[in-house]
Amino acid sequence: MRNKASDSLQGNIGINAFVGLGSIRLALACVLPVVLIGGHALSLGTARAPQGSNQPSMAQSAPPPSTSGQAAPGTPPGGPSAQRQTPSIVVLDPAHGGTDLGARGTGGVRESEIVLQFAAQVRASLESMAFQVMQTRQGNENPSFDDRSAIANSQRGAVFVSLHIASTGLPGTVHVYVMSDLPGANDANGLIPWDRAQAPFVPLSRRFGDMVQVFLAQRFKGSPSTAQAAAVRQLRTTAAPAIAVEISRISVEDRNELDRMVPGVADAIARGASAFRPLYVVAAANPGDRP
Amino acid sequence: MTPRWRVWLVGMLAIAVIIAGIYFPVLKKRLRQATPTPPDSEEQARRELTQTTPANSNGPLTKAKLFWSSGAQDGSLMPVNVDLPLSTNPTLRAKQVLNTLLAGPADARLRTLPPDAVLLAFYMLPDGTAIADFSEALATATPSGIASEQMAVDSITKTLEVNVVQVRWLKILIHGQEVDTLAGHLDLTRTFLVNAKAAPMTSATTAGGDSAKPAAATPSSKTATTASPKPASASPKLTPGTPPGKLTQPVKKP
Repeated sequence: MRNKASDSLQGNIGINAFVGLGSIRLALACVLPVVLIGGHALSLGTARAPQGSNQPSMAQSAPPPSTSGQAAPGTPPGGPSAQRQTPSIVVLDPAHGGTDLGARGTGGVRESEIVLQFAAQVRASLESMAFQVMQTRQGNENPSFDDRSAIANSQRGAVFVSLHIASTGLPGTVHVYVMSDLPGANDANGLIPWDRAQAPFVPLSRRFGDMVQVFLAQRFKGSPSTAQAAAVRQLRTTAAPAIAVEISRISVEDRNELDRMVPGVADAIARGASAFRPLYVVAAANPGDRP
Repeated sequence: MTPRWRVWLVGMLAIAVIIAGIYFPVLKKRLRQATPTPPDSEEQARRELTQTTPANSNGPLTKAKLFWSSGAQDGSLMPVNVDLPLSTNPTLRAKQVLNTLLAGPADARLRTLPPDAVLLAFYMLPDGTAIADFSEALATATPSGIASEQMAVDSITKTLEVNVVQVRWLKILIHGQEVDTLAGHLDLTRTFLVNAKAAPMTSATTAGGDSAKPAAATPSSKTATTASPKPASASPKLTPGTPPGKLTQPVKKP
């Protein structure tokens, strides 16, 4: 079923760019072509979105995610087109790092270290499903919230997954969070404020979060069946379908309890991303644009 | 000294030691009762100084509903009825319920806010936006995590929603400043919806807040209006109403 809001925007032509110059960065919507020239990033692209919209959109109502791990059967309306593509980039964000240790458990367990372990396994699972994975940090560094978001914002059609370990909660459960409602007004120049970059993506994030949460709930009893809304700072500045996955919890007596959760969490996230992939349609790149 | 006197002397000393042994614990107990107990921490000392006296301390008790953890480990909250001499002034009333919320429930495990956190100030703006300024302990002692931080904020907003009907939005400050997150996750640059159907404020009800409002305590009009989430009644859309075009540069905070 097609969405009325999408239909009403048919015929729109988007012009989008990403400009970066040292500390000054002007990011123009990442759902359309981006060209990097030298140290500066600049792009101008016009593209007609598959449904005539330059907005991120869903291809159709999402079917319930299958337990087989295969992509949900959801060919976008109108069939395959050269002007549409489904995203294949996942930006993985192991939270915290550096001096920010995150939650700390008994025996000196640190969230900033454990999420790296989770990220490595999630990355492997995603890559096995033909996703290209980018990480916001590889080691013990601590990029800012904006720097982490910028990695996703500079990719066309990426999805963003932030990994966390909770201090509280029922041990052995996993919660997916999506940004709570965020007004998405453009400013006088038609720019989307960076600090509300998530606003146009909230419905997509919710759908993505629900899909991942379903797979997690199947594996980890006691986990909710749908994603929850929360004002997560990291998600607010991310211009892509974005979720935060929080595993409970850091203060388990036995560290092995967390370690045993790693494969299940990784597999559920990969399956959720795979199920979401055909539902998230973005405009195709122009010839000569950055792949 | 004759042996007889020596025996008497030893006997008297022994009796004195026994009497001292019996009296010493009593003396120690009296001394402890007479000395005021020092507060456990600086925050608690500050709380004692800043704690507002209930406006209706002699007035009738009202059942206030405070939201603490249900204990289910799923982030859910449970309302608990507490008899308080609540003021009719919304600002004072909000201070009363928040201070009681901070004091915590009988079962300390059901706390939602750190025991050392203090409400430093509370203001109400005419548009129904409440500004609650907490001490740094709220940020430093709240367990890090989305669920725990969300539960802390939920307990504040739900308690205000039920007990102070004039509060529409809530802005949380830490020591007079807007901060990025509560404890690393939850966004505190925004205002939180408390009650979309809040009762309108009147000039009479706005009185009673802290008289000297610090500059930092007033959120910019941009924050108060644009960062506020829409009421839940807004119909959900699959695509946004305004087309996403360009992104502005991130604001670099000092």
